[in-house]
Amino acid sequence: MKKLSARRRHPLAAFVVLLFALAVTGGLYTAFAPSGEAKADQESSQSLAIEEGKKLYDVGCSSCHGTGGQGTTDGPSLVGVGAAAVDFQVGTGRMPMQQQGAQAPSKPKIYEQSEIDQLASYVASLGSGPSMPTKEQYDPSGADVANGGELFRTNCAQCHNFTGQGGALTHGKTAPNLEGVEPKHIYEAMQTGPQNMPSFTDGALPEKDKKDIVAYVKEANGEKSESPGGFALGGFGPVSEGMFAWVFGMGVLVGVAVWVAARTAKAKKS
Amino acid sequence: MSNATDTAQKKKAPAGERVADWADGRLGIYTLAKANMRKIFPDHWSFMLGEVALYSFIIIILTGVYLTLFFTPSMGEIEYHGSYVPMQGIKMSEAYASTLDISFDVRGGLLMRQIHHWAALLFLAAMFVHMMRVFFTGAFRKPREINWLFGFLLFVLGMFTGFTGYSLPDDLLSGTGVRFMEGAILSVPIVGSYLSMFLFGGEFPGHDVIPRFFAVHVLLLPGIMLALLVAHLILVFYHKHTQFAGPGRNNRNVVGMPLLPVYMAKAGGFFFLVFGVIAVISAVFTINPIWVLGPYRPDQVSTNAQPDWYMGFSEGLIRAMPGWEINLWGHTLALGVFVPLIIFPLVLAAIAVYPFIESWVTGDKREHHIAQRPRNAPTRTGFGAAWISWYFVLLVGGGNDLWATHFHLSINAITWFVRIGFFVVPLVVFWCTRRICLGLQRRDREKVLHGRESGIIKRLPHGEFVEVHEPLTQDELHTLTAHEQYQPREIGPQTDDNGVERKVGRVEKLRARLSKGYYGEQAQIPKPSASEYEEITSGHGHH
Repeated sequence: MKKLSARRRHPLAAFVVLLFALAVTGGLYTAFAPSGEAKADQESSQSLAIEEGKKLYDVGCSSCHGTGGQGTTDGPSLVGVGAAAVDFQVGTGRMPMQQQGAQAPSKPKIYEQSEIDQLASYVASLGSGPSMPTKEQYDPSGADVANGGELFRTNCAQCHNFTGQGGALTHGKTAPNLEGVEPKHIYEAMQTGPQNMPSFTDGALPEKDKKDIVAYVKEANGEKSESPGGFALGGFGPVSEGMFAWVFGMGVLVGVAVWVAARTAKAKKS
Repeated sequence: MSNATDTAQKKKAPAGERVADWADGRLGIYTLAKANMRKIFPDHWSFMLGEVALYSFIIIILTGVYLTLFFTPSMGEIEYHGSYVPMQGIKMSEAYASTLDISFDVRGGLLMRQIHHWAALLFLAAMFVHMMRVFFTGAFRKPREINWLFGFLLFVLGMFTGFTGYSLPDDLLSGTGVRFMEGAILSVPIVGSYLSMFLFGGEFPGHDVIPRFFAVHVLLLPGIMLALLVAHLILVFYHKHTQFAGPGRNNRNVVGMPLLPVYMAKAGGFFFLVFGVIAVISAVFTINPIWVLGPYRPDQVSTNAQPDWYMGFSEGLIRAMPGWEINLWGHTLALGVFVPLIIFPLVLAAIAVYPFIESWVTGDKREHHIAQRPRNAPTRTGFGAAWISWYFVLLVGGGNDLWATHFHLSINAITWFVRIGFFVVPLVVFWCTRRICLGLQRRDREKVLHGRESGIIKRLPHGEFVEVHEPLTQDELHTLTAHEQYQPREIGPQTDDNGVERKVGRVEKLRARLSKGYYGEQAQIPKPSASEYEEITSGHGHH
C-alpha cells in the first residue's frame, strides 16, 4: 500500500484511475447487458427483428407510409410489397425520401444492412411478398451473358438504353443508370418493380433469366467492362457523338485552319 | 552546274522532261499547267473550311474501300461464333456478323470503321460550316449561284449517304432508324404502302434493304457526289475565289498566293493535318459501338435511338409534332408523321433558295467577287442566324431525352419548348442578330469618322477629360468603307407623264416592301461618305 500511496501524486495517476474505471464499467456492462438474444432460437430472433424493425419503421417511415404500413396520401401502402422491395428501396438510399418529387433518386443509404433486414422483416410481416433473393439467385458468375443481353434488349433497353446507361421517362422521371448497382439490387428491382419500373415476376421472367440479365448488365456496364474502341463518350449513341464531332472535331479543325492560314509565304526582301 | 546541264541536254533531255514531253504531246499538260499553276488564291482561314470537307471526303472513300473488302451486305440469318463473347450464339444477319468481324477479327478493322464514321460526321459538319461561311459572306451571289446549289446538293446527298451507311451494320440502333424511315414512307397518302413494299421488297424488314442500301451507299450516291464535287471545284477555278475587301483588291482581281508552290504545300499539309486529327479522334474515342447494340430485331428497341447529327433535325420534327391523325372513309392520315415528312425538305430548301430570293429583291445583275462582312448585310445575316437557330431547336427536340436526363428537366417541358420555339426562336434570333449587325455598323462608322479609342485619357487645361482617338490608317479606312450599300427599290410614280394611272402588280409591291425591309433606314446604317470624313477631320467638330 505504501507503494500505491507514494505514487498517487504521479502525473499519470489520473489516467490510470480513469482507465481502471472505464475497464470496470465496460466489464460490468458486458456482464449484465442483454446479450443473450443473439443466441436465442430462430423464432424469437425473427419476432425480435420484427419488433426492432417496427421501432425503426415508426421513426423513419411511418410519417408517409402510415403507422401500420397502410399508406397515406404521401406514400403507398406497404402491405404485401415484401422484403425484397424494402431491401431495394432502403438499400439503394431511395428510401427514406428526401422530398416528394417525380421519382425518388438513389442516394447514399442511411441504414446499416442489419437495420434494413429488421425493417424488411417488419414489412414482410404485414403481408406476404417477394423475399430477399439469395446470393445463388443473383450472383452473375456462370450465367449466360449472351442470353442476358438478348433479354435485356427485349425487356429493359427501351428505358435503360442498350447498355443500361439510363434514359428519360415522362414528366421528369428517369430510368437510372445501372452502372455500379449491386447485383442483388438489380435482381430485386426486376422482382418488385420499384417506382416507375414494371415488375417481372418469376412467371414472366424465370429466375435463371434474371440472373443472366444481371450478368449482362455487369458485363456491359460494370466496373470491369471494356470499351475496345476507346472512350465511350457516355454510351448514349449518336447525340453525344455528334456533339463531340462538332465541339472537339470541328473545333480543332477550325483551329488548325486558322493556324495554317496564318502561316503564309513571305515576300522576299529585295 | 550549268556546264553539267548543258552537256546533259546535248546528249539527251533528262528522263523527267522526256516523260513530261511525252505526256504533253498526248494530253496538252503544258498549256493546262501554264494556265493553272500560278492560279491565285486569297488567304483567309474561313476559305479553308471547304477543304476540310474535301479532305474528309477523301478519307471516307479510302477507308470505305477497305471496309467493303470485309463487309457482307446480306440479311441472311446466321448464328454468331466469333471472338466477341457476349454475342456468341445469338442469331443475327450476316451484315451484322461481318461488322463484328471487322471490329474484332480484321486487322485494323475497328480503327478503319471508326475513322470512316468520325470522318463522315466531320464531313457533314465541315460542309455545314463551309456553307454557312459562303452564306454569311454573300459568296453565293452572281456568278456563283449554281455552285451554291451544287454545294447544297452535296450536303443533302451526304446526309443520305451517311444515313444509308449508318444503316448497313443492321444493328439495333440503325434498324430502328430504318423502321422510322419506313413509318415516314407509310404515312404518305395513297402511295405510301406501295412505296414501302417496293423499297423493302415486301413487308418490313424483308431481306432486300441491306443489299440495296449497300449499292446506294457505295456506288450510286458517292458516284453522284464525286461528279458534283469535281464540278464544284471546276467552278471554283472558273469563277476564281472570292476575297474580302482590302487595299488593292477589287472586283476584277484576286490578291493572294499562287497555287504552285504555296497552295500546293499548304493544301497538302492541311490534308495530313485533317487526316491526323480524325485519326487521333478515331483512335481515342469510340463511335457507334455496334457490338453492344445488338443485332436488329423488329421486336426490340432502345432509348437513345437517334440518327447521326445531320439527320437529327428530322428526329426533332417527329418528336415535337403532336401525334394527330385524321380517319376518313376507313383510311388513316397520320399527320404526326406526315407533317414532319413535309417540313423536312422545307427546312433544307429554306436555305437553298435564299440566294435567289435575295437577288430578286435587290434586282442586282452584276457579278460580285468581293466577300461581304456579315454585319454589312444585316437582314441576310439575321436570316442565316435564324435558320441556324431553327435547325438547332430541332436538334434539341431530337435529343430531348438527353437534355432531360442531363439537365434534370421534364422531357415534356422540352418538347413543348421545341413546339413553341420552332416558331418563336427564329424570329427572336433574327431580330437580335440584325440589331447586333446594326450596332457593329455604327461602330465601324464611328471608327472611320473619329478614329480608334486609344485608351489614353488626356486632361485639357480647363479641366475636361477626353480620350485620345487615333485616326485609322488609309488601308483600314478603305477596308471599312469598301462595301457598297443598296438603296431600297422605289415603285415609282403611280401615274405616267400624261397622268394615266400605272398598274402596280402585287408582286412588285411585295418586292418593294421587301427591299425596304432589307435596305431601308431601319435596316442599315449609312456608311460615312468622303465629305463627312473631310468635314470631321478638317478640324471643325473634332473632339
